[in-house]
Amino acid sequence: MTADLANPLAARDHARAMTGTVVDSMPVLPPVADDLPGDVDPADLLWEETVAPGGYTIRRLNRGARLRLIDLQGDACASFQIFNAEMPTERLNVADTVKVQWNAYLGAGKLLLSDMGRVLMSFLEDEAGTHDCFCGTSNEELSAAKYGKGEQPPRYFLNGRDRFLLGVGKHGLARKDVHPCVNLFKGATVGDDGAITPDIGPFEPGRTVVLRAEMDLMLVIANCPHVLDPRPDWTVAPLRVTAWRGPVTPEDDPIRNSAPEALRAYLNVEDYYRR
Amino acid sequence: MSTDPHVADLPGAIVHDEVVAARHFWVHPVDAGQTLRIVDLKGNQAVDLLIYSAADDAERYSAQDTVAAQGNLFLREGSVLRSNEGRPLMTITGTSVAYHDTIGGACSVESNTLRYGHHTKSQHACVENYLKASLPEGRSKRDLVSNINFFMNVPVEDDGALGIVDGISAPGLSVDVRAEMDVVVLVSNCPQINNPCNGFDPTPVRMIVAA
Repeated sequence: MTADLANPLAARDHARAMTGTVVDSMPVLPPVADDLPGDVDPADLLWEETVAPGGYTIRRLNRGARLRLIDLQGDACASFQIFNAEMPTERLNVADTVKVQWNAYLGAGKLLLSDMGRVLMSFLEDEAGTHDCFCGTSNEELSAAKYGKGEQPPRYFLNGRDRFLLGVGKHGLARKDVHPCVNLFKGATVGDDGAITPDIGPFEPGRTVVLRAEMDLMLVIANCPHVLDPRPDWTVAPLRVTAWRGPVTPEDDPIRNSAPEALRAYLNVEDYYRR
Repeated sequence: MSTDPHVADLPGAIVHDEVVAARHFWVHPVDAGQTLRIVDLKGNQAVDLLIYSAADDAERYSAQDTVAAQGNLFLREGSVLRSNEGRPLMTITGTSVAYHDTIGGACSVESNTLRYGHHTKSQHACVENYLKASLPEGRSKRDLVSNINFFMNVPVEDDGALGIVDGISAPGLSVDVRAEMDVVVLVSNCPQINNPCNGFDPTPVRMIVAA
């Protein structure tokens, strides 16, 4: 301890002197974003944050909110846990997501489905096209085996499962609530024999995905290396997250009406909120 | 010598042998080193299966950890069935069916309303079986995750098109899974009647545990 911090008021002054510090990865409060779509009122901005490499963030979003993700440097991996905020036993179901939509890959117009036959989020825009429903995320043991090289502090600690556990814990949930995830910005393609080929990039900077919350949600977003990232070094880049209020999906919405299964998923959501 | 073709080449003495009726559930412990043989008695019967660590049921089967570790979506002989902690729960030590599914999940009343329509809401489903079997054991909906569908065929086309198609199983074909730790196995003998996973006619399966 330095002499300058030998008393509480000096410690206070030292702490307060940090006010206004700006780093690459941090939330902006209140949120400010100078690149909102033209039809979005800045007063509707809900969330502006850049998630650090290895970081995570949790949030509650209301039905209709838009969530924009930007892969700032082309090397982020946004892994999602998604819960119905008022009944978190309802959560993302990746099996139903691919099975009900008769397709293995996420992209514009696709839905993320819950285990209760409802749509949690939809993909309004997708510039990336490289996403993954199958591989899940890394854990401490895998990360240590792959990246642990005796360095201190050990960056291998920053793995998706660990981030998910902390995130669900801060939503008041526990180990049993961590469920199979989706990974955005990092892809996985499947061959005829079932072989998985990871598509890790790095990609062009600035790829953007816009999702729409179709229910009131609790989210955990982790930003850690994809579990099948072939690179020997622990590599992941910052993830920018922006959200704004938006209208609840109307009856004539093209995604709602894109397929009979999609329409019934929206009908189930609309029925859930019919109170 | 037994004339029962379903018990040939079991690795040990039979400690449990039970036929699970069509549409029913089964929950049973399998100790480390024991082998569970599942026999598709009539052919093309999907067996939805989850695995829990007996010591800590928050550690359970993870389809994602399993397929990522083996770099392949299909479960074949030699596939290690991993937990959400990345640890081996069981290993497929033998199968007379080429491969099994672990991306299709379990059918539910709710997903049936999406897949087929709201007219199916009164039909039985795997999640109903899972819940009925799990609640008396202190487990609940939070314990239901992406499962294994033994004897079910879900190919993925180049453009990502996937679906449950006609099975590649046949009467009397089987799969052996060896427990790598003490586990509890939860099974729904799938009651689905709206797709080919059960040949549109759910049938019994036989569960044999050998020590």
